[in-house]
Amino acid sequence: MNELMRRLLFLPPQASGFARDFDYLHYAVITVSMLGVLAVALALLWFSFKYRRRTQTTDPARPRPEPLTHAQEFGTAFGLLALFVGFWCFGVRQYAVMQRVPPGGLLVYVTAKQWMWSFDYANGNRTNETLYVPTGRTVELAMTSRDVIHSFYVPAFRIKKDVIPGRTTSVWFSAVRPGVYPIFCAEYCGLDHSVMRGRVVALTPNEFAERFERTPRAPGGATHPLAEAELGGNGELTSLAARGERVAAARGCLRCHTLDGTPHLGPSWARLYGHEVPLESGAPVVADAAYLTESMMEPLAKVHRGFSPIMPTYRGILQPAETAALVELIRSLADAPIQPTAPLVSADAPAVTLPTALDGGIAP
Amino acid sequence: MTAPSLTLPRTVEEPPLLAPAAPADYLHGGGVRSWLLTRDHKRIAVMFLGATSLSLLLGGILALLLRVELLTPGPTIMSAGAYNRSFTMHGIVMVFMFMIPAIPTVFGNFLLPLMLGARDVAFPRLNLASFYVYLLGSAITLTSLVAGGADMGWTFYVPYSTTSPSAVANVAFGVFVLGLSSVMTGINFIVTVHTMRTAGLSWHRLPLFVWSLYGTSIIQVLATPVLGMSLLLVAADRLFGIGIFDPALGGDPLLFQHLFWFYSHPAVYIMILPAMGVISEVVCVYSRNPPASYRAIAYSSLGIALVGFLTWGHHLFVAGMSLFDGAVFGVLSMFVAVFSAIKVFTWTATLRRGSVSFETPMLYFFWFMFLFAFGGMTGVAVATSSLDIHWHDTYFVVAHFHFIMVGGTLTAYLAALHYWFPKFFGRRYNERWATIASVTVFVGFVLTFVPQFLLGNAGMPRRYYAYPPEFQWLNVLSTGGASILAAGMLLTLVELGYALAAGPRTERNPWGSRSYEWLSASPPPTENFENELVIARGPYDYHLPE
Repeated sequence: MNELMRRLLFLPPQASGFARDFDYLHYAVITVSMLGVLAVALALLWFSFKYRRRTQTTDPARPRPEPLTHAQEFGTAFGLLALFVGFWCFGVRQYAVMQRVPPGGLLVYVTAKQWMWSFDYANGNRTNETLYVPTGRTVELAMTSRDVIHSFYVPAFRIKKDVIPGRTTSVWFSAVRPGVYPIFCAEYCGLDHSVMRGRVVALTPNEFAERFERTPRAPGGATHPLAEAELGGNGELTSLAARGERVAAARGCLRCHTLDGTPHLGPSWARLYGHEVPLESGAPVVADAAYLTESMMEPLAKVHRGFSPIMPTYRGILQPAETAALVELIRSLADAPIQPTAPLVSADAPAVTLPTALDGGIAP
Repeated sequence: MTAPSLTLPRTVEEPPLLAPAAPADYLHGGGVRSWLLTRDHKRIAVMFLGATSLSLLLGGILALLLRVELLTPGPTIMSAGAYNRSFTMHGIVMVFMFMIPAIPTVFGNFLLPLMLGARDVAFPRLNLASFYVYLLGSAITLTSLVAGGADMGWTFYVPYSTTSPSAVANVAFGVFVLGLSSVMTGINFIVTVHTMRTAGLSWHRLPLFVWSLYGTSIIQVLATPVLGMSLLLVAADRLFGIGIFDPALGGDPLLFQHLFWFYSHPAVYIMILPAMGVISEVVCVYSRNPPASYRAIAYSSLGIALVGFLTWGHHLFVAGMSLFDGAVFGVLSMFVAVFSAIKVFTWTATLRRGSVSFETPMLYFFWFMFLFAFGGMTGVAVATSSLDIHWHDTYFVVAHFHFIMVGGTLTAYLAALHYWFPKFFGRRYNERWATIASVTVFVGFVLTFVPQFLLGNAGMPRRYYAYPPEFQWLNVLSTGGASILAAGMLLTLVELGYALAAGPRTERNPWGSRSYEWLSASPPPTENFENELVIARGPYDYHLPE
């Protein structure tokens, strides 16, 4: 049944964990919609036939038909509203699944530019056009653009997310079976928009680990055509976090931020990623790639509580690749040990006295 | 220039009070100059009919070129640059120069005063100015063609539009000026409905077309300035680099999307509400029945106009919107869908116990109902947040809005053109040829856009010059449909052109309508009604003798 509907509707294969659920909702909504249209069409046909004009002259006086009653009008309205809101409930639930990235997945940084995709991995690998992922594992993409807005679209995974310059947007999926799936750019981006395509190559976890997670020039690596053709590298691959450290030093980040939990002019980067950040105003946010990028580009938008709004913007200064490296650096410190000298985390400090700091950068 | 006169007729003849002889109709008398400087709403409407028809022709030719290009997965007849410029111009011309102005400025202008029993709109000179501002805006927009074309798409998304090496600024200014024309018409209509109703014409006796024009005008007046402002800021970003929207200059590209859709989503209702008004008139006339619920149709127009302002965010579901925003914009979109669906059911129920005949306008009513219901239900589908993720920016969305906006607006426009043709020109079109043209248009339309729904399901993004070869056969089918649609439109042009030149003369009220515009002669005299009209019945009282 699933396969029949999928083929009738020309849908691509269901290659991600949630694609099948999305398609079930798709079938339900489209079927109900088409039945509704059919019902209207049949009613029109029936009325047209039954009440067709039989004489060309003015027909005999007919009594004025009773207009619809309030009960009929409101009954229809609320019935429809219930139906549509029903669709909406399922839709929003699935939308929430899409929006909330499960923790602990493989994070890949995506950079879009006119007119190509490139992918940076934490181990320092970089590929163009082709994204390699293991099956059965959550893959999170942290995406940004170097020029105009693009949109990352993999029909077989039923995912799409705009890729916006100066921001990081996230999307996630888990591929259910090995295969090659096309990537399209879905947001019009200029002359070669229609050939800004790529592909996702889903490998079994073993194959992925063997071919990809090792450094490409590792012994035996050269026997892997994938590594030869796509992975590049010069034998001394630097991990993305290590690159991030270099960027942080070069761009002056470390003058205000520390890597070991010591508070300074700015919040420490240790144990920041994935934790809740209390803000000067408004509800706390979780420090994810999007928040960290926003804090680099527009530092005063959401200021960490307890810190002065003194950070300058890095918009136009940090390149997307540098942003990715910094985010990866901060992510690599998510579970970093905190220096015992750091005053806010001494084990015997009473939690009640410093709730702000404990809620924030340094989770218990 | 003559002195302004709001209420008195401006012809040389005095209106005969009880004259049995028909006075000269508005079409005759005076030379070209009297047309170009006229303040008669009917002549302005006819000039708008000419101008918007040219826009439709231009937009249609561009559409055909696009479809021919898409016959093959690679280059067919043009380069990628030319393709991008063509779809941009197709969208701009069709949206801003045809669909937004067409029904209000042509049929609204002509019929609103007649339906109100008035001699003219409230501000006749503003009305004429609106026409010339429309021409000016169109001319500025079209200068982009001479300047090498503009390639940012009709949506102007920044930062592409602020950095594109093409004539974006010309189009932005042109659309800004077209917006002014739209606001002028909107204000004029609102004031006209409030102040120019004749004796006995209460709000609940207004023809439904008037209600829909009223709702449209509210949207035009409230939303268009936001578009004008946004486009000026885009132009300023381009020309002076002030950095409102361009992130490279510290701007926010999503701010533009919010502002743009704050206008452009209600603009969808600017296009469809007048069409709904036309459909309400047509279904009552050809089934000789009052609407199944006048209230439901009238108030749902206002409901669409108001709630339509709160749904713009559903264009941003994949733009990094928060879950909360996505949920709110999703449910508000469902509310609009309910208003539209109520109208569909009410129109259907209107046929019940009627006396239904099947002249061309009624055929267009059936086409409208199918396209609008089908397109509307796919609208509910794309408002279902999670499903929109797959469909967003694919051909599914292209097919959806063509079904709603083009299928809805164009079929209603053609219905209106045939239904009021005797009113405009005092002549009848040929029913047989018009029927053939109408069926051709419908078949062509469905064949053009149903394959596009499937292409969208399969994952073909919109605005693609080149596409993977597995999408080809559906594209060929769609192009075939577009050719049939074009043939139908061409046949309509010929058939109506012939009727205009040589159609048989018609009597005052050939359809037996009870609506007030038919109380004047067809075509109407310059002053519309020989005597002041006193309304003593509703516009759909088919149980009373005419």
